[in-house]
Amino acid sequence: MKIVVLMKQVPDTYEERRIDLATGLLDRAASDPVADEINERALEVALSHKDSHKGTEVVVLTMGPEGAKTALKKGLQMGADSGVHIEAGELAGADAVQTAKVLANALRETGFDLIVAGNESTDGRGGVVPAMVSELLGVPLLGSLGQVEISEGSVRGERREDGGTSTVSASLPALVSVTENVAEARFPNFKGIMTAKRKPIADVPASGAGSAASTVAGISERPARAAGVKIVDSGDAGVQLAAFLASGRLI
Amino acid sequence: MANVLAFIETSASGAASNSAASLLGAAAKLGTPVAVVVTRPGAGAAVAEGLAALGAVKVFAAESEQVGRQLVAAQAAGVQAAIAALEPAAVLASHSVEGREVAARLAIRTGNGLAYDAVDVRADGGRVLAVHSVFGGAYTVESTVESALPIITVRQGAVEDRAAAAGAETTVQSIEVPAGPAAVIESVSEAPAATGRPELRGAAKVVSGGRGLNSKENFVLVEQLADALGAAVGASRAAVDAGYIPQSHQVGQTGTTVSPQLYVALGISGAIQHRAGMQTAKTIVAINKDEDAPIFDVADFGIVGDVFKVVPQLIEALEARSN
Repeated sequence: MKIVVLMKQVPDTYEERRIDLATGLLDRAASDPVADEINERALEVALSHKDSHKGTEVVVLTMGPEGAKTALKKGLQMGADSGVHIEAGELAGADAVQTAKVLANALRETGFDLIVAGNESTDGRGGVVPAMVSELLGVPLLGSLGQVEISEGSVRGERREDGGTSTVSASLPALVSVTENVAEARFPNFKGIMTAKRKPIADVPASGAGSAASTVAGISERPARAAGVKIVDSGDAGVQLAAFLASGRLI
Repeated sequence: MANVLAFIETSASGAASNSAASLLGAAAKLGTPVAVVVTRPGAGAAVAEGLAALGAVKVFAAESEQVGRQLVAAQAAGVQAAIAALEPAAVLASHSVEGREVAARLAIRTGNGLAYDAVDVRADGGRVLAVHSVFGGAYTVESTVESALPIITVRQGAVEDRAAAAGAETTVQSIEVPAGPAAVIESVSEAPAATGRPELRGAAKVVSGGRGLNSKENFVLVEQLADALGAAVGASRAAVDAGYIPQSHQVGQTGTTVSPQLYVALGISGAIQHRAGMQTAKTIVAINKDEDAPIFDVADFGIVGDVFKVVPQLIEALEARSN
């Protein structure tokens, strides 16, 4: 079975993330780029299947600038067999539809039985690309799964929505997107780090993006929030807080 | 005025989703609000009635046997049928698990652009602008969709405008769902009944607890204050990872984003990840024993102290005031 895991390089959420106000694009220099954590969980889903099913091939695929290969290398260190990097130099600022078209084209080339993606990235938080890719490829999507079981020829899982949880399944080929509820990702071990250096990363050109339909019309930065009153409790802080809440009509 | 479609999700038992009023309110800002629901055969008319009260001037009820059997396929086909019948100026859906999948599929199927996770929408001359709150509210971005039919997902509960109640003109249409590889729904269990506390998303007040609560047993303190204030219960990621409370309560970058009138952070240090999910709250109160905790940088009222002393005293003071 061939499982392709989609990865995205995002600014580290532990640091201040910035947008360049002139271009409307992410300021990549402002924070460290990392593989999005949800992608590592998606990869864990694929790798835990590989652990118990020898002969499973796991490919990590990303689209982005040259530096996005760092995310792929992390995936290879965790245990993926190979990587595909879609060169997106001219597509900086691509909208979701363009991104999905390029990913779908690359996935057709790479070939797959199952595609695993995160449900939404921590930077864009769109959560629309997996559904677009599945529509473009004509394969079923099991979106936002909190638990996944892969078997020969099919995939099943629990989908959590506001209204409840459903058990859903599809025959392969299919695409699943996973939430934070799936198992935490493994850390690369020493052997993984050493063998990753010999694993191939294929560079492929972006194709079929078309033109952007969704564009930025304006952007503004929210003024920094000023700190207010800060007191040290000397025995009556609870009473003072009640008075503060009452004065703001918050109780 | 042109029709603006609002795709209203329905639960397995046929109830319209909580975000229906907000979504119809958003649609009314752009044109004539038309609710689109996709139900099992015979169930459309009942849902339509409730939607008229929420401001739908028209209701397009698409009915299919595939509803509840396949994920999203019938819903996407239903909205597509509504687009063909009503020639709308825009299509809105909630930025929910189902809403965004439907919107994403329609964008591809109809060759239109998609703007996602809008917190507001407005008409600007002939075009539709979507307003987005990015990176935890640090930036406000306005976007346009430069295709014939803008498709926009709207953050649940973000739009406070409401459409006036209308006597909706209802069209019920049975639709064909194209056969093809499908995601099959095997079983559904509806969410457990509400606890009596407000739902985190959209709550006017939120009380959240962090690692500073030290244990699952102690986390009860957060719930007690929440109940005293009539607030929803939230948590930092650290508290969720430590197992004090389920992940559905997590506020922050990777959890729910909240924007309440009052946000009370108990024993939360205020890592950027957490602040990204709550810093647009109107008033922020923080109690933490570490005077250097970054949460104090955004707090309107900060108390350096022990939550186990301050919070019981606060609850007592609140009770005294209400008597």
